[in-house]
Parts: sequence; C-alpha cells; structure tokens
Amino acid sequence: MRTIQAVAWKEIQIYFSSPVAYLVALIFLAVTGFFFVKDLTDPFPEASLSNLFFGASLVIVLLAPALTMRLLAEEQKLGTIELLLTSPVRDWEVIIGKYLSSLVFFLVLIGLTLYYPILLFIFGQPDPGPIYSGYLGLILYSGAALAIGILTSTLTNNQIVAFVVASGILLLLYFADTGTGVMGGTWSKLVTEIGMSSHFNDFEKGVIDTKNIIYFLSVTAFFLFLSIRALEYRRWR
Amino acid sequence: MTNDNNNDDLMIKATGLTHYYGPQIAVEDVNFGVKKGEVLGFLGPNGAGKTTTMRIITGFMPPSQGEVTLADYNVVEESLEVRKRVGYLPETVPLYTDMPVNSYLKYMGTLRGMSGRNIKNRISEVIDICQLGDYRKTHIGKLSKGFRQRVGIAQAILHEPEVLVLDEPTIGIDPIQVVETRRLIQDLGKQQTVVLSSHILPEVSMICSRVLIIHQGKIVAEDTPQNLAQNLQGVEQLQIEVGGPSAEVIPVLRQVAGVNEVTHRPQQNRDIYLIRVNSGQDLRDEISRSIVSNGWSLLSMHAVSMSLEDIFLRLTTHEEL
Repeated sequence: MRTIQAVAWKEIQIYFSSPVAYLVALIFLAVTGFFFVKDLTDPFPEASLSNLFFGASLVIVLLAPALTMRLLAEEQKLGTIELLLTSPVRDWEVIIGKYLSSLVFFLVLIGLTLYYPILLFIFGQPDPGPIYSGYLGLILYSGAALAIGILTSTLTNNQIVAFVVASGILLLLYFADTGTGVMGGTWSKLVTEIGMSSHFNDFEKGVIDTKNIIYFLSVTAFFLFLSIRALEYRRWR
Repeated sequence: MTNDNNNDDLMIKATGLTHYYGPQIAVEDVNFGVKKGEVLGFLGPNGAGKTTTMRIITGFMPPSQGEVTLADYNVVEESLEVRKRVGYLPETVPLYTDMPVNSYLKYMGTLRGMSGRNIKNRISEVIDICQLGDYRKTHIGKLSKGFRQRVGIAQAILHEPEVLVLDEPTIGIDPIQVVETRRLIQDLGKQQTVVLSSHILPEVSMICSRVLIIHQGKIVAEDTPQNLAQNLQGVEQLQIEVGGPSAEVIPVLRQVAGVNEVTHRPQQNRDIYLIRVNSGQDLRDEISRSIVSNGWSLLSMHAVSMSLEDIFLRLTTHEEL
C-alpha cells in the first residue's frame, strides 16, 4: 500500500508542477464552460448540465490520453523503469499507483466544474437527479478512459504513440454506435453495447443502471489488467 | 568456472546462466560466484554481456536459462526478496530529471520500503557520502553528468543493500570525478558486496578483489587482478626481423620447441614476425640459430612484454597482436 501511495504521490506532484496538466485543466474547463453557457443561452434555456456532460465526455477522449501518455512511456524512454522494476515493488503496484495519480487529477478537474451546478442551484431550480447521476457517469467514464491511456503508455516508450493510440481506441468506443446502421441486428446490438456512449447517455438522462456501472468498471479493470500483463511481459522481452 | 567448493558464504551464485534477445545470444552458460564482502569486476568490451548479466542479478529480467541466487533467494521466484537486498546503478544512470535530489531520494527510499524517519537520516548520510550537500534542492535535470552519477550511487546505497551492482560506474564523467568515484566504490566495498562492470582494465584492477573477463557472452578468464597480471607477464613475445622468404620462415619458426604462435607482420619491405613463447622460456638462442642455419639473416630481435591491456585484448578479441 505504501508503495502504491509513493508512486501515486510522486506522479501527482509532477502533474501539479508540469505545464501539461495545467493545459489539460484549462482546456477541460474551457470546453465544459462553453457547453454550460450554450445550454443557458438557448432560446428555451434549461437548468440542466446534460450539454456539459456531453462536452466533457467528448473532450476526455483527448485529455485522458494526454494525461496518461507520460506515465509509463517516459519511464521506459528515460530508462528509469529499470530502477523502478528492480526496486521491491510489484508490477501491479506500479500500474495501480500510476493510474490512481491520473484518477486523482481527474477528480480534481471534475471537482472544479462543480461551480456550474452550484450556479444552477442558486439561480434556478434544476432537477438534481440527472446532475448527480451525470457526475457519477463522468467519473466512471473518465476512470475507464484513463485505464485505456495507461495501457497504451505501458506498451510504448513513445508518448505520442501512446497518446494517438489511446485517443483512437477512445474515439472508436465513443462513436461505435453511430456506425451500427449498416450492420445486422445482432452485430449492431453488440457494437452498441461495446461502445461507450450508449452507457454514458443513460447517466446523462438521470438513469443509474447497474449494467452501466458494471460496464465502465469492467472496462477499467480489463485495461488495467492488460497493463499489468504488459509490464510483466516487458521483463521477458 | 566457480573455484569455490564451499558455496555457503556465496552472496551471488550463477549457474548455467544463458540469455537470448530473440534469436541472438547475449550470455551463454555463465557460471560464477561472488563471496560476501567481495568486490567483483566484470571486464569486457561493449556488448560482451555484462549489462545483461547485471540485469538478471538485479531481477530486472529473468534469464532464458540457468539459475541465479542472491543471498540464497532465486532471482526469478523470489524476485522481491532479491530486489530488497540489491542496490543498482544502471549504465545510463536513469533519473527523474524533473525532481529535486532530496525528493528523488525520498521517493526511492519509500519504494524500497524504508520508514519515514529512517529515510530522512539515511538521506543526510548518503548525501554526505556522495558529497551532494550543496545540491539537495537542485532539480536533477540541472546537474552535470558527474553529479548525476553521484545521485545514482546515492540511490543505490540508500537502503544499505547487501549487494551493490554498478554498471559502468565511471563512464562518461571527467577524470577528477572518475578518481573520486573509484575511491567511493573502494570505500563502499569495505562494507558491502560489490559487483561492478567496466571496460577499463586499470580501473578494475584497482578496485576489485577478483575479475571476470567476459567476452561474447562467455567468461574467458577469472582471477585476482594480481594473478592476472602475473600470468600475463609470463607470456612473452619476441619480435624479430628476418631476411628470407616468409613462406619458408614461418614453418621453421613454428618447429622450434617452446614456440606457441608465429605471426607475420610485413612492414614496408621488411619481414617482421611476432613469436609468442611459452612462459618462462628463453628461446632467443634457438630461434636465432634456426634462422641462421637455414641461410637466412636475422636482422633484429627484441622481447616485447605484454601489458594488461594486451592480455585483455588477446583474451577478448581474435585479432593477433
């Protein structure tokens, strides 16, 4: 536990002392702010955050990999992985520690958007249900996106490659259901289920379905498991 | 090639160590033992398999075949126990350049399972040992190569490991720092078991109590630096210049009892031969007589003694001297 903490804490410190993290925060807040205002300036304004959640989910496709790309790729590039893996630290502790650091950063980021709902509650009467569920969905979705980023960062020592591949996987998962029109019944259903949007949209609407929670948690667990395996495999290469 | 029969006090023991990178063989059937408190040097040219061997000892990667134990723990099966006991300085001295020295050492200490107070005390000690006092709060990225090397050594000795593994500890730093680093390693070797690699022979003979010469993944010689030097001095070479057809001269020279090897080294119009003679024998008389009796002329003859460098080259390259 101490080693996970040490790994995570070190990465968090680096996040808060590096420009990348502040850029990510800036873009995230700018995009979510834009979608928030868009809702309010509508001819028929609605005191809801559904547009904001949509915008956030879209921008996370790019921002989550930007945040995770460094985590293991840089260790491999600099060779520091050699000291990390010859310290008495288990491979899974490294992966989980790194993952937690990015997750903590994202939680802070999501926390920063809380002033939107606070404004809504002060100046309007929003339906609190979809806001709670939306935030829950956003956290689960970010968790899964970051896990995908961790895997691609483990697989290469090139941060750009890690970023592009993770964004690619996320884009595919994000837009999977838009391409289902040309497929047959079962296939279209399968692809929709694999895709992320269908699961995320329910949260946006205020529906907390166990099926969706399990979906995001399993995606997270699956990609973290693959990352641990990839790190173990490194030793045998 | 392990000379020891009592394996009880062996700190590191490698048996049949073999490693492949894909189809390429990096280390082949290497056997050695390192006694507790010993300073062992791996000597060999670049790409000889030194780094691979060290990476296996430190648990960074498992060997393709064979077995290595450190303090009686298997490096593959009980990797964590091994890693607790090893301090490792890789060749490239990998450091997090965006961390200050202090935080970096603290981080490495925590990873090695040291307690908070212990880390704090040890960091001050280690910073003293490595003379990093003025740079505690400097970002590692801003340090010169020599100081980075010291930070690398500092992290390796931080948790007071039983075994120190140093891969090319003096490569790429300036001569004054080389001297300091060697002295530091010598001091460390008084308390710990040290395995270091180098391709600089005087360095190894200065620091190490025993040397393994490794070449193309195999151990080609193993001895104390003193013995190596002595054995090498025993091997003598004669350089002679003969006036006569070389095709005929070489077989005649080879027939002289005690001659080990003859190489022809034509220089401009002169025929120079290098003759390697079995140790302790003086063959000047026999050689000169055999040349003259064939009707050729002996133009010059002198003994060439072999330096440690020559021996090393002879052991590790197929090129004749």
